[in-house]
Amino acid sequence: MNSINRRTFLKGTVAGSVLAVAASAGLLTPTRVLAAAWPAPAFDAKSIDDALKALYGTSAVADSKDIKIKAPIQAENGAVVPIAVSSGLANVEAIAILVAGNNQPLVSNVNLGAGAIGYFSARMKMGKTSDVKVVVKSGGKLHMASQQIKVTVGGCGG
Amino acid sequence: MALTKIKTRPKDGNTEILVLVNHPMETGQREDKKTKKKIPAHFIQNLSIDLNGKTVANVDMGVAVSKDPLVAVAVKGAKKGDKVKVSWSDNKGEKGGADAVVG
Repeated sequence: MNSINRRTFLKGTVAGSVLAVAASAGLLTPTRVLAAAWPAPAFDAKSIDDALKALYGTSAVADSKDIKIKAPIQAENGAVVPIAVSSGLANVEAIAILVAGNNQPLVSNVNLGAGAIGYFSARMKMGKTSDVKVVVKSGGKLHMASQQIKVTVGGCGG
Repeated sequence: MALTKIKTRPKDGNTEILVLVNHPMETGQREDKKTKKKIPAHFIQNLSIDLNGKTVANVDMGVAVSKDPLVAVAVKGAKKGDKVKVSWSDNKGEKGGADAVVG
């Protein structure tokens, strides 16, 4: 009787310690895609490619006709440029807005959870006339659309 | 103090959730004209929007988001009375948020 108890006790401790190791290694933590920390490298990136790599791990994007950008062709005030993005792509996971002409192109990235549709709108600052690129992550792939916005007065300096 | 406002409205059969936060969104690149010193960066880094306790959107922002950010996302299947919760945090550790119901 005694020896059986000892056996089960040993089994229990071994299993328990394996579990503890797995938990501390982060194997058991649920995937927290939506609550990730602020991606500083992506916002510090000086080019669109670097920003995408820091955000999504790849800069391979395909142009898509299923992304609509609603933004002015000419913005009088670069400090406040409205933009709305809608996408007909299925299962949109994330939408990123990047301004090619800004020192740090990434403006904003939104991770969408269940229930949200492929739509995001914001107001951004633009230093000068440039292309605005919108990257939509859907089904693990990146899709992109682009529009040029002319800026009369830049909105990044003093 | 930073004020957070939430508005919901129907949009093409879905529900649009608009969030407005009064926040300076300083880039850290601007100079104070009198003192010639740089105004330190002060901007919202993260804003999350929950619907009935589930996060539907998590927005990461950089300094290029305009002053007093206005962001909007849309959700499908939201009903009248559903709870919307917004919370944000900035690079100085300040936090804010608001609650609302879908109307």
